[in-house]
Amino acid sequence: MSILIDERTRVIIQGFTGDKGTFHGKEMVAYGTNIVGGVTPGKGGKRHLDLPVFNTVKEAVKQAGAEATIIFVPAAFCADSIMEAADAGIRLICAITDGIPAQDMMMVKRYLWRYPKEKRSTVIGPNCAGIISAGKAMLGIMPGHIYQRGVVGLVTRSGTLGYEAASQMKALGIGITTSVGIGGDPINGSSFVDVLQRFEEDPETEAVMMIGEIGGPQEAEAAMFAKQNMKKPVIGYVAGLTAPKGRRMGHAGAIIRAFGESAAEKVEIMKEAGLTVVPSPADMGSTAATVLGGLSKRVAVGA
Amino acid sequence: MDIHEYQAKELLAGFGVAIPRGGVAYSPEQAVYRASEIGGARWAVKAQIHSGARGKAGGIKLCSNEDEVRQAAKSLLGRRLVTHQTGAEGRTVHRLYIEAAVPIEREIYLGFVLDRKTERVMIVASAQGGMEIEEISEKSPEAIIRSTVEPAVGLTSFQAREIAFALALDSAQVTRAVTVLLGCYRAFRDLDATMVEINPLVATTDGQLLALDCKMTFDDNALFRRPNVSELRDYAEEDPRESQAAEYGINYVALDGEIGCIVNGAGLAMGTMDLIKHAGSSPANFLDVGGGASPEKVCNAFRLVLADPKVKAILVNIFAGINRCDWVAQGVVNAVQELKPTVPLVVRLAGTNVEEGRRILRESGLDLVTADTLTEAAEKVVAALKTAGTPAGKGTP
Repeated sequence: MSILIDERTRVIIQGFTGDKGTFHGKEMVAYGTNIVGGVTPGKGGKRHLDLPVFNTVKEAVKQAGAEATIIFVPAAFCADSIMEAADAGIRLICAITDGIPAQDMMMVKRYLWRYPKEKRSTVIGPNCAGIISAGKAMLGIMPGHIYQRGVVGLVTRSGTLGYEAASQMKALGIGITTSVGIGGDPINGSSFVDVLQRFEEDPETEAVMMIGEIGGPQEAEAAMFAKQNMKKPVIGYVAGLTAPKGRRMGHAGAIIRAFGESAAEKVEIMKEAGLTVVPSPADMGSTAATVLGGLSKRVAVGA
Repeated sequence: MDIHEYQAKELLAGFGVAIPRGGVAYSPEQAVYRASEIGGARWAVKAQIHSGARGKAGGIKLCSNEDEVRQAAKSLLGRRLVTHQTGAEGRTVHRLYIEAAVPIEREIYLGFVLDRKTERVMIVASAQGGMEIEEISEKSPEAIIRSTVEPAVGLTSFQAREIAFALALDSAQVTRAVTVLLGCYRAFRDLDATMVEINPLVATTDGQLLALDCKMTFDDNALFRRPNVSELRDYAEEDPRESQAAEYGINYVALDGEIGCIVNGAGLAMGTMDLIKHAGSSPANFLDVGGGASPEKVCNAFRLVLADPKVKAILVNIFAGINRCDWVAQGVVNAVQELKPTVPLVVRLAGTNVEEGRRILRESGLDLVTADTLTEAAEKVVAALKTAGTPAGKGTP
């Protein structure tokens, strides 16, 4: 098992024929992802990477049975693409695009409420590295080879810190079920809590690592969720202990504005909620090893 | 992006928010002219810097005649104002806003923020204006009125009325307050703001409701579609290195430490800063070269870091996903050959094309230290700092 995607998930790429869609499309196909086509308005009927191109997401759903999409559309048009996918009934929408205006995402979130819960799409991102179910499918821009199949669920705001965590774990023989990048924007499709819930329900995931950063209330909410609703151990790291207040650290959402948004305060909340906190980003792998060791089995599955 | 008080007032006035008469001045003579143009008998001469709490720092002076206006302008222009928001360095005053002083009856706080918890625009108001919202929420949290706006409908009149009545305004003032609230909300939406604050909104003894101080912050991601906002950018308010970085397409924030960082990804860049702290030193900067870092971009990152005289060692930390280690390595080699840094350099590469990247560094014959893991990188850069940093540290050329 894994969460969100596996090797059977029928995936399309929005912004298929652009540079990014092409480059990462090839990578995803090479990883074994079941890419069934892509959407570029005006290029419908053509073929790209030996796959069909559609004008609209609805066509892709009808003709190729698309269930999931990965979006590389430029920021100015990305909200529109997310809503198009939601309206076409796509189950999982992963937006990689960086730089979407916050009010556009506010509109997207509101738009999703049009649909009853059972028909509502799950949006992951934007401004994220995507999703990978190790050894099965990749819906993202990560270097696939650093993810070993295993039992840790990984959820991160940052792409590169997620890579760091996965490779540190791999070096110790620890693998992951799925890694989900929720993105660095102030308003994102899925929160830490949304993803933690899925990991808690996934029979294969035995422990979860959550990598957060400064800014916003999500890490604290996730810590409380883990305390109240999760049986699986959660390992937490918060980047930005040395970040000054009021300065934006790269990500649109990485800014300390209010009480509880600094890394130190988030770490404190995590500790109080009973999470195992990673002291330094160099210790993500070793902390996972300790926690899994505590579960007294399968520290080193397959290598 | 932040703008000045007078710019925010001009924008909000365009949405129906009433403001006192005022004008910008860049010299004492111009300040006097503005005052005479505005008329009346009392004026406020207000320093325009991107910070609140200017009054406490001596940046706002009340004047009753031309001579006082001239003297106030003279003393403020070119002066460095230090507030708790500017940091110890303060900000230099380059422009003034001359405004008609108004007879204040009471002061109200009014703020619009993008609330990340509800993912909606939240209105925050308090009948006790004049102090900062942090102070209000500390002293009298029960006095704060909060209301969230349904994005599909926008701010409704009834919601605005509810807030106005909760502020205990009389019925004539309620109508004016509704205009202010609706105007601010439209400005927030139409200009892609992330924060609009009027503090204080004053009720005057002659029955007006005026925005006496305004602050607006805008979503950087939306500036592309708001040319009327982006043209208000004041580069004098920014760290010159940060403006330069923005031109290079690099995210850079200057900090106080001694180890310059060049990293890809905002999260890893913050993580690297933390790592340095953990290893017993402190970072000189946050720097994210972003995805698709070309050799030229890496070279520009070196330029930024080396321009900081506090930097005593450099740590390059790249985990390539979209990036390619061989490109980054080539950038490092070019930078070292061209800029000839005299501080020690530690390079850690991982991810896409890492072998090729390491080969380029090895074969360059340059004097640099390489590391494979984060732990190793942190240890090596702090060790390099200790050996190079004695006695008073070798600066950059």
